Amino acid sequence: MSIIHLYIIMDEKLSMSEKITDSIINYGLLACISILITNNMRYYLPRSEKYFYVLIISVAVTGIWLWVTKITLDFIFRNDINYIKYQYNTLGIRFGISLFSFGCLTMISLLWYTQEEQKRMNEHTEEAKQMAKDAELYKLRQQLQPHFLFNSLNSISALTGTQPEKARHMIFQLSEFLRGTLKKDEKQWNTLEEEMQYLELYLEIEKVRFGHRLQTNIFCDEDAVLLQLPSMLLQPVVENAIKFGLYDTTGEVLIKVEAKKEDDSLKVVVENPFDPETAQPLKGTGFGLASIQRRLFLLFARQDLLKTQKEDSRFITTILIPQKNNQSI
Amino acid sequence: MNVIIIDDEPLARSIVKEYLANYADIKIIAECNDGFEGLKAIQQHEPELIFLDIQMPKINGFEMLELIENPPEVIFTTAFDEYAIKAFESNAVDYLLKPFSKERFDKAMQKYLSQQKVSAEKTEAVLESAAQSPIQQNRVVVKDGSKIKIIPVSQIQYLEAADDYVKIFIQEGSFLKKKTMSYFEDSLRAFHFVRVHRSYIVNTQLITRIDAYEKDSHLLLLSTGAKLPVSKAGYAKLKDVLGI
Repeated sequence: MSIIHLYIIMDEKLSMSEKITDSIINYGLLACISILITNNMRYYLPRSEKYFYVLIISVAVTGIWLWVTKITLDFIFRNDINYIKYQYNTLGIRFGISLFSFGCLTMISLLWYTQEEQKRMNEHTEEAKQMAKDAELYKLRQQLQPHFLFNSLNSISALTGTQPEKARHMIFQLSEFLRGTLKKDEKQWNTLEEEMQYLELYLEIEKVRFGHRLQTNIFCDEDAVLLQLPSMLLQPVVENAIKFGLYDTTGEVLIKVEAKKEDDSLKVVVENPFDPETAQPLKGTGFGLASIQRRLFLLFARQDLLKTQKEDSRFITTILIPQKNNQSI
Repeated sequence: MNVIIIDDEPLARSIVKEYLANYADIKIIAECNDGFEGLKAIQQHEPELIFLDIQMPKINGFEMLELIENPPEVIFTTAFDEYAIKAFESNAVDYLLKPFSKERFDKAMQKYLSQQKVSAEKTEAVLESAAQSPIQQNRVVVKDGSKIKIIPVSQIQYLEAADDYVKIFIQEGSFLKKKTMSYFEDSLRAFHFVRVHRSYIVNTQLITRIDAYEKDSHLLLLSTGAKLPVSKAGYAKLKDVLGI
């Protein structure tokens, strides 16, 4: 650009050195400011009224540029009346040219960076979508619990021959349970009473499967029945306790569930027997409780709501569900 | 012909019983709740055929079979076990996916009745492939006299070859298991075990020192005080695993 400028002002009655200095300072500054603009755009993109912003910035920058060039050139050629006069005459056209170039430049960088950001945004949404899908699939798989389902169906199949009434009853229970898992929304909160009913349903089915081997002892404090808890939180914990108890020991298995109010929280304690000698070493909270831990963390941003401890041959899981802030939910 | 049904769910046993009622010459001599009972009953009655569930208390169906010297023919009954299904695929001992129909059950019985006596090798083959499945690799089940001991892999210090057996060393002593060294080498690799010598596999997390010994060999010291020889090839593997 400097060279073009130089060529254009060739005809002016100025010395060669004046012409060259004039071009270099003019366009050197122009280039500097352009770089500044582009860089600025990289970090700050105007959201709305884009075109208005472009115009304002272009005019302002051109003004500053012209002023700085003028001062610099005036300083260098302060004794050359001829040059100053020439410069004064061409002020308008200089303003025009630089306004045009700044305008274009701002526009181009604006478009470029907007597009870049769009691309990044698209990638993000794509990623988020994929994650949501994975989570959804995982949830579905969890809900269907194939092992539980197939074994229950096998029990029903066995009952149809000998005790058709009982078989029919179990079909109803199983349907009710499955309907519950499908319908329940993870975000929803239920009262302890409702969740306990659902839990009982599950335990009834498990008791048909395992017969007298599975014993349960459920105790709910009266002032706790109306406390709230996230839906589908309790059943997986108890299921976990049952699996752990049933597969880690032989003989009868007693599962204890106790719920009570403690300060502003609902406290649920689930107990199952285990064999301290052969139980697998704990991985994290272990024994399939990791997903519960995760859910509690997502809901309350606290890691200390689920605790496990071992007492002799009993494994105790304690869950605290804060009550204060669920009015808003 | 004598059969035993091993399943931890009473109703699951009762359906097998019901389906078996049609087979006049088959007698159910025992029903067992878990692998321990199963093992005892098999040793006592020596049945020709067993119906075996996989997921059971304490030890699973595969682990129980591993403890039997001459396992009988096995028809597996299981609900949903992708590892197990994979294990069966290559070996044609039949398996029944719960819930199964009378027709499907009869088919399995036909298969068994028509191909009897190929048994032992086949069951071994199933075990061999089942052992590869990750579900039971974090523990080893051994017999300790008449008792059964479950050893978590993390408690194993080292293993030593002993003819057809492998001697497993843990804090309380050593136990024999009828498996090959290469079986353990493969299945314990994921748990930081390295075969440092033709006759030794070691838990690398217990290594405290490795000293140069004779010309091409080294000697390693475990935190338990045990000293084990390291061959040239073993040393290379060890260096690789420990990143030295």
